[in-house]
This record gives sequence, C-alpha cells and structure tokens, in this order.
Amino acid sequence: MKSKQITRKETVSSIREFLITALIKAAGYSAILFVGMIFLFLLLESFPALREVELSNLLSSRWYPIEDYYGVLPLIGGTLIITIGATLIALPFGVGTAIYLSEIAPRWLRETLKPLVEVLGGLPSVVLGFLGMLILSPYLRIWLDIPTGLSAFAGAILLGGIAIPTVVTVAEDALDAVPKSYRDASLAIGATEWQTIWRVTLPAARSGVLTAVMLGIGRAIGETMTVMMVTGNAPILPTGLKDLFSPVRTMTATIAAEMGEVANSSTHYHVLFLIGIILFLISLAVNVAASAVVFRQKKSQERILS
Amino acid sequence: MTMKLSARQHKQRLGFSLLTLMTFLTVIPIIGVVIYIVYLGFPAINLEFLTGFPREGMREGGILPAIIGTFYLTLGTAIFAVPLGIGSAIYLSEYAPDNRATQLIRIAIINLAGIPSVVYGLFGLGLFVLFLGFGTSILAGSLTLSIMTLPVIISTTEEALRAVPQAFRTVSMSLGATKWQTIRKIVLPQALPGILTGVILGLERAAGETAPILFTVAAFFLPSLPNSPLDATMALPYHLYVISTQVPGMPIKIQYGTALVLLVFVLSMNLIATTIRSRARAKRQW
Amino acid sequence: MNKISIRNLTLTYSDGVQPLRDISFDIPANQISVIFGPAGGGKSSFLRSLNRLNDLTDLTHQKGSILLDDQELLDPGLDVIQLRRRVGMVFARPVVLPLSIRKNLTYGLEVAGETNKDRLQEAVESSLKKAALWDEVKDRLDDPAIALSGGQQQRVCLARVLALEPEVVLLDEPTSGLDPISTGKVEESLQDLKKEYTIILVPHSVQQAARTADQAIFLLQGEVIEVSSGDLMFTNPQEQRTQDYIQGRFG
Repeated sequence: MKSKQITRKETVSSIREFLITALIKAAGYSAILFVGMIFLFLLLESFPALREVELSNLLSSRWYPIEDYYGVLPLIGGTLIITIGATLIALPFGVGTAIYLSEIAPRWLRETLKPLVEVLGGLPSVVLGFLGMLILSPYLRIWLDIPTGLSAFAGAILLGGIAIPTVVTVAEDALDAVPKSYRDASLAIGATEWQTIWRVTLPAARSGVLTAVMLGIGRAIGETMTVMMVTGNAPILPTGLKDLFSPVRTMTATIAAEMGEVANSSTHYHVLFLIGIILFLISLAVNVAASAVVFRQKKSQERILS
Repeated sequence: MTMKLSARQHKQRLGFSLLTLMTFLTVIPIIGVVIYIVYLGFPAINLEFLTGFPREGMREGGILPAIIGTFYLTLGTAIFAVPLGIGSAIYLSEYAPDNRATQLIRIAIINLAGIPSVVYGLFGLGLFVLFLGFGTSILAGSLTLSIMTLPVIISTTEEALRAVPQAFRTVSMSLGATKWQTIRKIVLPQALPGILTGVILGLERAAGETAPILFTVAAFFLPSLPNSPLDATMALPYHLYVISTQVPGMPIKIQYGTALVLLVFVLSMNLIATTIRSRARAKRQW
Repeated sequence: MNKISIRNLTLTYSDGVQPLRDISFDIPANQISVIFGPAGGGKSSFLRSLNRLNDLTDLTHQKGSILLDDQELLDPGLDVIQLRRRVGMVFARPVVLPLSIRKNLTYGLEVAGETNKDRLQEAVESSLKKAALWDEVKDRLDDPAIALSGGQQQRVCLARVLALEPEVVLLDEPTSGLDPISTGKVEESLQDLKKEYTIILVPHSVQQAARTADQAIFLLQGEVIEVSSGDLMFTNPQEQRTQDYIQGRFG
C-alpha cells in the first residue's frame, strides 16, 4: 500500500455504505410514521361518532349503547377514580420502596429485592386480574361488608400494584444518579441520613421521581385486563368517595369488552374509537408533561453549569 | 462515652422502619402471588395438559394450542420489532444529529410507549385486520404487538450502544474503517448482551399482553393448530381470561394451571434476560 | 524532501473557537517532527487534520492547504478511508479494541478487505517486531489485548498502525500514561521507525521533545511561533516566548 495515490471515493463500497445508512435512517424515522398512523387512524374512525351522536348524548352520564345512550362521562369517571386510587397507593409505596432500595438497604438486600420488583413489573396483567378476581374481591367483600368485592377499590389496589414497579425502577435510577458528594456534604454538616434523604437527595432527584410517578400513572390509566376482571364493569358515574366501593367501568375496559360484539362501522364502533382517541390524547398529555419536567430540569442544570 | 439518642435519631429510626415495612409490603405479595399460583396450578400440570387439546368446552384436556399460539405470536413480534427497533436505535445512537427532527423522533417513541395496550388493539383491528384485510390472524396480531414493543427495544438498545466507549469508534475510524464497519465490527458486538436483554424483556411483555390480541388474533377455541400466518390462533393470556370469566363450571385447577404455564413462560424469559445481563457485565472488556 | 506541506491552515469550530490560525510549515520525510507547546495550543487539532479525523467533530471551516505528496488533504472529495491508511495515528491513552491482540493488529487490514491468512499473519509479525513487542506476545496472540500492561497496550496501538504500512505516523502524547521504561522503549522504536516512515509527534513533556526531535515546531494558542531543528530549538531558541516556555516560565 505504499505511495498509493488516493483516488476519489471507491464507488462500490460507498454505494453499499450509502444504502445501509439510508435503511438505518428510515428505521430511525419509523417511530414518527407509526405514531402518525395510529393517530390518523383513530381520528378517521372516531370522527363519524361526532357526527352521528349529539354532543349532549356523549356528555351525558348514561352509557347504554343498545339503546343509543353514549354518555362517556361514567367511563371517564371510572378511569379517573381508579387512577387516583392507584396513584394514592403507588406513590407512597413506590417512592418509599425506591428510597429504601437506593438509600437504606444494604447492598446484598438491594441486589435481591430489585429483581423481585422487576418480576412484578413483568407479570402479565391478566394474571393479576385473575388473582384479584378470585382472591382479592371476595376478601374485600367479607372484610368491608360490601355487596360485591368487584369494585373500584379492588381495581385501585391492583393498579397500584401494577404501577409500583414502574415507579420503583425509574425513581430508584433517579435517586441513584444523585452524586455521592451531595450526600457526603450533608452528612458532613451533621445531618442524619434521614434528613439527608428528605432535604438533599430526594429534591435533587425531583424530576426523575416525578417522571417515575407520571409514568406509573400512565401505566395505570392504560391498564385493561386487570380492571376488566375486578372492577365489576358497571358503567355508573362515580359521584363521591363512597363509590370507591361500588363497581365502575373504565374507558379501557369498555373498548375491550364491547369491541368484539360491535358491527363494523356502526355508530357504536365509532364511539369506541372516540374513546380510544381520548385515551391516546390523555397518555400524550401525561407523556408530554413528564418530558417537559425532565426538559426544564435539564435546562436549569445546564444554566447552573455554564 | 455513651450519648443518648437524640430526637432526630429516633425520628430516623422510625422513618427507616416505616420505609422498610413499605418495601416488604410491596415485595412480599409478589412472592406470595408466585407461590400461590405454583401451589394451586401445579396439580394441573401433566403431559396431557401441556400437549393436548381442550375438550368438553375447555373444562378438560390440555392447552397446547394456546401455548403454541403464544409462541408463534412472540416469534412474529420478534421478526418485525427486532430489526426495526435495533435499526432505529442505531440511527439514534450513531447517526442522528442533535436537531429538531431527532427530538421529534424521541417524542414519537415516548408516545408510542405510553399508548394504552387496548388502543393498540383498536389500531390493529382497524388497520391490519380490516383495512389491509389480513383478518384475525397471527400476522395482524404480530404486527400490532411489534409496534407496541418497539419503544422498549429502541430505548434499551440505544442505551446499550451508548454504553460502548466512544474511544473505540474513534480508533476504528482512524484505522480506515467506515462508520458502518465500525458499528458492525465493534459497537454492535460489544452492545449485544444489553441489546439481547432488552429484546427479551420486550418480547416477554408482548407474550403476556391480552388487549392488543383481543380483536386482532385471538380465537376462543380452535380445533387445530394454525398452519399459516393468516390463521387465527389461541393464546395463553387470552385463554386465561376466557376460562376464568366466560366459561361456567371451569375447574379451578385448570385455571391456575393455565396461569402457571403463562407465568413460567414469562418468568423464564425474565430469568434468561437477567442472566445474560449479569454474565455480560462480568466479561466486559472495558 | 518534504512529505507534508501546510499552508495558511485555519480551523473554526461551530461555536466560533479557532484552534489553529493561519499556520504554515513543512514536514520533511523520514524525520521525527515534534510539535510542542502548552495545553490547548491546537496540537491535537492539527494532528487530526492530517488524517481528517476532525470530520467527526463539529468543525465548520477548514481553510488553507495541507499537501501530502502533492495531494490536497482538505479536498472534500478526498477518500478519507484511504487517507487514514496512509496516515496512521496513535492516541494518548492506549485504546486497544475489545478484541484479541491478533485481531487488533489485523483490524485495519480486514476492514480494507484483506482476507488472505498468510498476508495477515505476516503483517501481525512484522508490525509487532517493529513495535518491539513481538517477543513478549508471540505466544499469546489470541489473548484479549486488554490483558496486557499499559506500555504493552500502547505498543499494540503502534503496531496496529504499522500493520497498514502507512507513510506517516502521528503520535499524540503516546507515552503520557506510561512508566519511564515503556516510555524509553517507545522513543527508541521511533528512532528506528523514522527510517521507513515520517513521524509527527506531540510530546508530553519538553524533555521528551528535546530527546526525540529532528525538527521542532512550537505551537502556542493556535499559532506557530517558531520552527527549528531539534538541536537548535532546545539549546538556542530564537523567540522569547519559546525560550520562556522551554525554561518553564509558563506551561
């Protein structure tokens, strides 16, 4: 190879390189394509619902498609009450476990428990729904002396359980990422470890923990099978706290339960797609909010460092 | 010199105990769930259960078609999601410039990750089953599941690629390798364990999902195994749902047995992924 | 005879920073040219222009001319892949690829399309001998390169470059992480290598520069202050700034 004149780019191998690069680039942009397709499809199939059903019907509190009642409020209410309940469980237990694993537990314990939590995250939701149906609901019925254990409460407990692994994993990573120097500095001025966690470490990991909770909430909103199996599937608008112990129905369960029986392109079909696009937009909002939090945190960190 | 514990230290003890309690309250049910299912499901497991077909309205016999169906669906998902996901991650990690377009891709991926699984089912029904005319089929189900699995594969693969030290790339290119040669010969092989872990975890999730396959592939009962991608099929998660909610008089043993098989399927994938991850960490050459 | 001629070279990054401003000098063939100066002076940026490794950074402007045997290196249509085989580079920290010793050495040839096992083996042997490493590793060529000591790894990096039979070898502070014995071995190899190759070295100390230079170039904040022969530069520098730096008045 000595003293070889450097020629203009070798044609064959650079064509190959070009093709491969083009394929990879296409793969990279495919995500945008898919999101676009999904949104478009939902939009196209849900739009007729807005034409075929009056707004007053959609906003009513009666969901009874057989007689043309398409009030989606009970469904939104069902999703809302269960999600709030799930968050109330997942937030303390999830963040608490994350703090314990990241800051308090000895290394060997952490290495054992963390995979266990990941296992919970991998459990199929249908399995949890199955157990909830057979074990949790009957117990709730007995303990709380209510007519049926198939209720929003059961759903909230199980969804909390499903959201917890997401919260733990992301929050624990965020806490772990806080530089050791922060903790050392706090301990050096005489704070206890407990005080350090609450006044230094947790605030430093604020955006990551917040993201974790939001992702957990997102997971809870999107759950289908578990809620189908334990919430009783009665589309009644929950109006107060006591309704926590009555059956409800979520938007997700409605789609899953009714889609199979619905005639293609009927009004019912379109309304189910409408519910679908509402779900899509809600999860979009949660995700945008979560990334905005991370983005703002990054920006302020950049400003501090520059 | 003994110092009396101060109020702050008492508070710490209390706080630590509380968090410890919370953690164990979180973790113990997990163990309990697994043990319970194993205990109640194990009696149902025998050769006939695993290799036979359902009889008597599924109250007797085996669940082979569901097992095979889940296997096919997982395979189908892998075929579509793995090349696309890895290619996408390679783009983001090795090629993508730091601009608006790339940001848009990332936002798209985050959104794909957040879409509820039942909405994927709706989309799959509308596009693959109806519009493209694939019908209720393994093809439609796999395509739906693969789009759903894409975000997981992309993000774990990208992380694995980024973990490979930049110095390797610089050295490789200084020796006259092209960008793709560098990726193919150095970056990808080094990132492979991490990629595999992510792929397996993604497929594990796909295998356990019910909502996306409800209207795109799942059949209530089929007398024979599917023999083409355009056939519908039974699947383990759907089967469990059906026999526990739609079939009266279903023996408890069979329900728990089905749950156990699904659990084993999913957890063994988890175990494989975790093993790959820890083995790779030990063997790392950097 | 001049191997490389640099004329009015100016580099500009996307944020406006200019690591090199209007530099011009010649690199004679088969000599060790040493480019020394305080940190941030542009030495690494200069080396990376010679093998177009700067293309991988966010450099926005490259003005001027770099001629390698009458070939313009700043030509956008240049085949940089081939260039990097003619102009090899050894980096500051020994970065062995996560492969066996043998594979490290054959990497450059393999990506160039060489498949003949005999030619590959020959390249492995001759390059390791030139890097004074053959005897130490000849029995464990298939061991992972990461298992070697720092000094040995750096010599693998040198051999790796030599396996491609380049014409120019660039070395960017190649001994900065090494112990004195390994450093000595590397410097000794360079004296042998210059018979076959043109060597451009960024030293990690003025003393190393003085020990090895046939020609020396003092680069300060992106500008060439002085160019002189190795002997003269370190015994009788002409410029005040050169003298101050060599005597350690700033660093």
